[in-house]
Amino acid sequence: MDTENFNNEQQLIFDALEQVMDPEIPGLAITDLGIVTKIEVLDKVAHVQLTPTFSGCPALKIIEDMVLKAVQDLRHFEKVTVKTTFDVAWNTDMITEKGRASLLKHGLTPPPKNPAYIELDVLSDTACPFCNSKNTTLKSPFGATLCRSMHYCNNCLQAFEGFKPLM
Amino acid sequence: MNFEQKHIDALKELLYKMADDQLIIGHRNSEWTGLGPVLEEDIAFSSMAQDKIGQAYQLYSILNELGESDPDTVAFTRNAEQFHCCELVTLPIGGFDFSLVRHFYFDNAELLRFESLAQSTFDPLAMLAKKYKGEIKYHVMHANTWIKQLANGNEESKAKMQNAINNTFADALGIFEKGPYEDVLIEIGFFMGEDALKKQWYDKIKTFVESVGLSIPALDSATPNLGGRAGKHSAYLQPMLTEMTEVYAIDPSADW
Repeated sequence: MDTENFNNEQQLIFDALEQVMDPEIPGLAITDLGIVTKIEVLDKVAHVQLTPTFSGCPALKIIEDMVLKAVQDLRHFEKVTVKTTFDVAWNTDMITEKGRASLLKHGLTPPPKNPAYIELDVLSDTACPFCNSKNTTLKSPFGATLCRSMHYCNNCLQAFEGFKPLM
Repeated sequence: MNFEQKHIDALKELLYKMADDQLIIGHRNSEWTGLGPVLEEDIAFSSMAQDKIGQAYQLYSILNELGESDPDTVAFTRNAEQFHCCELVTLPIGGFDFSLVRHFYFDNAELLRFESLAQSTFDPLAMLAKKYKGEIKYHVMHANTWIKQLANGNEESKAKMQNAINNTFADALGIFEKGPYEDVLIEIGFFMGEDALKKQWYDKIKTFVESVGLSIPALDSATPNLGGRAGKHSAYLQPMLTEMTEVYAIDPSADW
């Protein structure tokens, strides 16, 4: 999404969405997760388009409701529509630098950027979010939520989670 | 692009069989929740279940836009003979050996199917396929890792994998059962067709299985377990559907 050329109204919406946090990762704004793919205002109607991280993500409906409320609360538009589409397929490179910092703060290792391919060795090469050691073992490519993998740090002897790359 | 009626019919048939496959294997995967041999496997099968059911939902949503009922109604109110899933996905979870090999056969086919559909001339499907292939990649990674690990475990684990590969092969071939609109789908470029997919799949899994020291039956050595795409299912599907829809059936108009 090209945020550079936003007009005032688009910026107003974007600013409001920066306050909407991912319900599964507190502190991570949906704008930093990269799932807001379009903000448009036509005839005083605000349109927000989202894209799912994973197609089976159960947080989808909740996020739609949160977005709707955040934009309605601006009391600036006659109507607000929120739509989830697959027009833009989400991938982990759409997470902003601020988003990556939020993941780390939450104890989740951010995904590798622009991986050439995704295989077990890419996942095995995950640094511990606590001590930064790369002496870690992949326990499972699946975790507590669809976007996480489970790892163990052989250095600080701590189990941890990674946000897995998706392209 | 302007579609004729035969194109819409062909598209619906393709979407229904894929969505039904996802929903039913998703439910079967979820039957491992709480029963996995280790916690990580419990979580893996549950996560894959969630992916599959989410994928089914989106495919049913396209069908909804093409005039079919809404996803919940389609998923929860049909009887077994109205489902177009292949027989492989309907089978009970059995032992972990069978479930792993089914997962291996099915997801390797799924990955190739959606990689190909990412180029479909039907845009809404192409967009979904682009998304799904990234997700299914993890399912294939999971299946292949286990097949490799157990093939290299001990004699017992190796024999269990080989037996499951042999015994499930005919069921797996049923994935590629052709529908009545196969030629239409290929002609308009919606899908490359089941025959082409089967060939890609067989080459791929043969290479992999042999690389881990196991063997795969010859393609013509087994009679494919067909019928599922036409709604002819074994006795296993209806009891599963009855259980799956138990809560929905109490009050179909409830707002969740």
